[in-house]
Amino acid sequence: MAVDRSDIAKLSKLARIQISDEAADEAAKSISDVLALVDQLQAVNTDGVLPMAHPLDAVQRLRADVVTEANQREMFQSIAPAVQDGLYLVPQVIE
Amino acid sequence: MHQFTIAELVKGLRNKDFSSTEVTQHYLERIARLDKTYNSYITVTPELALAQAKAADRRLADGNQPALCGVPIAHKDIFCTTGVRTSCGSKMLDNFIAPYNATIVDNYLDSGVVMLGKTNMDEFAMGSSNETSYYGPVKNPWAIDCVPGGSSGGSAAAVAAHLAPAATASDTGGSIRQPAALCGLTGIKPTYGRVSRWGMIAFASSLDQAGILSRTAEDAAILLNDMASYDAKDSTCVERDVPDYTADLNKPLNGLRIGVPKEYFGEGLNPQTAAHVESAIKVYESLGATIHSVSLPHTHLAVPAYYVIAPAECSANLSRFDGVRYGHRCENPKDLNDLYMRSRSEGFGAEVKRRILVGTYALSAGYYDAYYSKAQKIRRLIKQDFVDAFQNVDVIIGPTSPSPAFQFGSKTKDPVAMYLEDIYTIATNLAGLPGLSIPCGLVDNKPVGLQLIGNFFAESQLLNAAHQFQQATNFHQQTAPNID
Repeated sequence: MAVDRSDIAKLSKLARIQISDEAADEAAKSISDVLALVDQLQAVNTDGVLPMAHPLDAVQRLRADVVTEANQREMFQSIAPAVQDGLYLVPQVIE
Repeated sequence: MHQFTIAELVKGLRNKDFSSTEVTQHYLERIARLDKTYNSYITVTPELALAQAKAADRRLADGNQPALCGVPIAHKDIFCTTGVRTSCGSKMLDNFIAPYNATIVDNYLDSGVVMLGKTNMDEFAMGSSNETSYYGPVKNPWAIDCVPGGSSGGSAAAVAAHLAPAATASDTGGSIRQPAALCGLTGIKPTYGRVSRWGMIAFASSLDQAGILSRTAEDAAILLNDMASYDAKDSTCVERDVPDYTADLNKPLNGLRIGVPKEYFGEGLNPQTAAHVESAIKVYESLGATIHSVSLPHTHLAVPAYYVIAPAECSANLSRFDGVRYGHRCENPKDLNDLYMRSRSEGFGAEVKRRILVGTYALSAGYYDAYYSKAQKIRRLIKQDFVDAFQNVDVIIGPTSPSPAFQFGSKTKDPVAMYLEDIYTIATNLAGLPGLSIPCGLVDNKPVGLQLIGNFFAESQLLNAAHQFQQATNFHQQTAPNID
């Protein structure tokens, strides 16, 4: 399936990736090329085939509901772009 | 000293022929002198390496040290290393100092392995040529105008240029085996779940697997012994004892059943590459293996299925890079959306953005069944091809890559041409099987890789088959011109 400029605008918004107006046509073309490659899948009959999530069909392991990690907020926030009073700073969201 | 294999370094360190400090210093000096040409390292860690070497020398003096104690290696910059920049080849993480070690990094630290530095790679491991790295392309030591392969191109070039005796790497669609092929090395991607993914920056979680680039299969076996472990912190890691991968290396190959898939010798395969692979199969015959034709009928669907699954998982995994908690943040965001938008758009390169957008499309409302769910069904058909083939054979052999190393820029304009570079390696990741590449000849003075694919957890058998080939041939001992 081919995508056009309006699809690119929608994807850009969903993925939070800016695509400038000048780059939109090229992005549409290269993404359409990739989709043309993957469209080969549509011709294959997969009736009755279960989607495969893990090669060994492993299931999620459960563990006891006990604390295993200590709080390491200071260490993690030492690499954050902006923090204050132990909180991550972002532009004001609520007026 | 830089000509020693890992096996020789282990022996020399134990016999006190040289110290870890001496070996480490020797490599650091070579890196400082020669890596300007290859760009194989993003970060070199001389002080840390020498401190680790000194500590290893103390353990060696005390005796009873683990086998790898004092051996220096390089880590791909996808593995988190405490206190050392872990960039994943991206501007997004140019300022990221990891607050913890990947499990495999810890495993090697426990063994007394010394880290020389962090190797260059395609951005977030997305590429087959190392041209998408924020830190510039890596040069192939065999041909300076050619790519080393990717995404583990820095690890491969560092080992091929003797700037590390071996290096860690990761493989999502061929990122260990294809650079091994293009740089004349041994590269192993273990079974999915054999090696912990904890602390390995995620690209496509259901496909990513860590492994090794080395000069010989014996070295890969020694290194895999310490890399592989069960890790409760990786929910997809398989709880299973780690065997001694060196135990079976010398087993004769009499009666080994080798399958040759006809689909791996079709259109697109360089005829000279094919000729070398066919000669290698004859070597196996002379070693006592029997050769059988097998069919993997869904092979042609591996690349299309991969380019749904990998971008879909990448778009989800890379949503964590938001400019809030770590990594790149844009200047003066005007609101929260602007912070997300500009931080991500400035931080990611073109190929990463393309894959995020493709993945976003494949997962968006109305398309999930047609793309992601369909690809996961095809994935089961691809795995079943291998399950059927392994009813009758022990190992599957074919080319690793359709042709030898190509020139810079020759595939960057056409993403689909670049994606087809991994046509023989991707199915192994989709099926979760172990795969290995070893050198089997030269075309135009550039190495050709032979790929061996094993059944689930058959790493010992793959390494045995590779080691026996290397006892009978000397392709793995050939080094790039100009490399002493």
